[in-house]
Amino acid sequence: MIAHAIVFYIFSLIAIVSAIMVTVSKNTVNSVFFLILDFISISCLFIMIGAEFLGMIMLIVYVGAVAVLFLFVVMMLNVAQQKNEWFNSSGRSSHIPVGLLVSIIIFFELIIVVGGWKYKPDLLDSIAIEINTDLTNTQSLGSVIYTDYIHLFQLSGMVLLVAMIGAIVLTFRQRSGVKRQSYFKQISRDRKDGIELVDVENNKGVKIDA
Amino acid sequence: MLSIGLGHYLTLAAIIFTIGIVGIFLNRKNIIVILMSIELILLAVNINLVSFSIFINDLSGQVFTLFILTVAAAEAAIGLAIIVVYYRNSGTIRVEEIDRLKG
Repeated sequence: MIAHAIVFYIFSLIAIVSAIMVTVSKNTVNSVFFLILDFISISCLFIMIGAEFLGMIMLIVYVGAVAVLFLFVVMMLNVAQQKNEWFNSSGRSSHIPVGLLVSIIIFFELIIVVGGWKYKPDLLDSIAIEINTDLTNTQSLGSVIYTDYIHLFQLSGMVLLVAMIGAIVLTFRQRSGVKRQSYFKQISRDRKDGIELVDVENNKGVKIDA
Repeated sequence: MLSIGLGHYLTLAAIIFTIGIVGIFLNRKNIIVILMSIELILLAVNINLVSFSIFINDLSGQVFTLFILTVAAAEAAIGLAIIVVYYRNSGTIRVEEIDRLKG
């Protein structure tokens, strides 16, 4: 129990500090790195309380795909240095106090909801978590996803497909002036486009590209 | 203090959620950081769902976390694609200069 508490506090401290660093660090590349650290510590927490599958999926999806995508875009657009001077920006920062006020209010509302709750006694301690030892988390999730939630699962696949097509369509660019191979033109041309038969006169020659 | 219950996880999720919102409010220069703050908010929601699902011993919370993960990945991909296109067209992604709609 004490080990669980210590590990929980370590990981959640790392998660909170790195979340703060995501928002305040001056370099965008550093922000992405702290985002990766955040995801890793949260997935460690997930693994610790018995949601191994989701922890691993978080590592794969967020650290492996999303964060690398962020890093790629940051480096490609060369915006790493144009980050916030919000703490010394001049005059136009009237939104910051209001934003901070709204955030603090939201935080206290959440804390009131969490703290004012009356918990069942078995929700108060992580010892009460029942971890089924003859069925792994992945197995039990799979037995639910492919039966009860099959339509939603298919729909999430459609969401990913639409996102993929959308990203490709958005960033696709037809450049002018680039010579490229067109199979359709190559195949569909016939003999009289390619060959011209000319009667050549003596001592005159033929003018090409007339 | 030493027995970690549901409330601890919910508090952690609340803190990360608030940090995400603060990030959206504070970062007025760089839209990529705003996207990262949205990822933080979604992460906080995921923590809530997973901890409820574990403590109540009901798997549907984890299933919905999976769906949120899907939507977050799709959103990041589309958002970054839009940012790349905007940068290509106008040469900047500073939030203050994106005012073509006069909002």
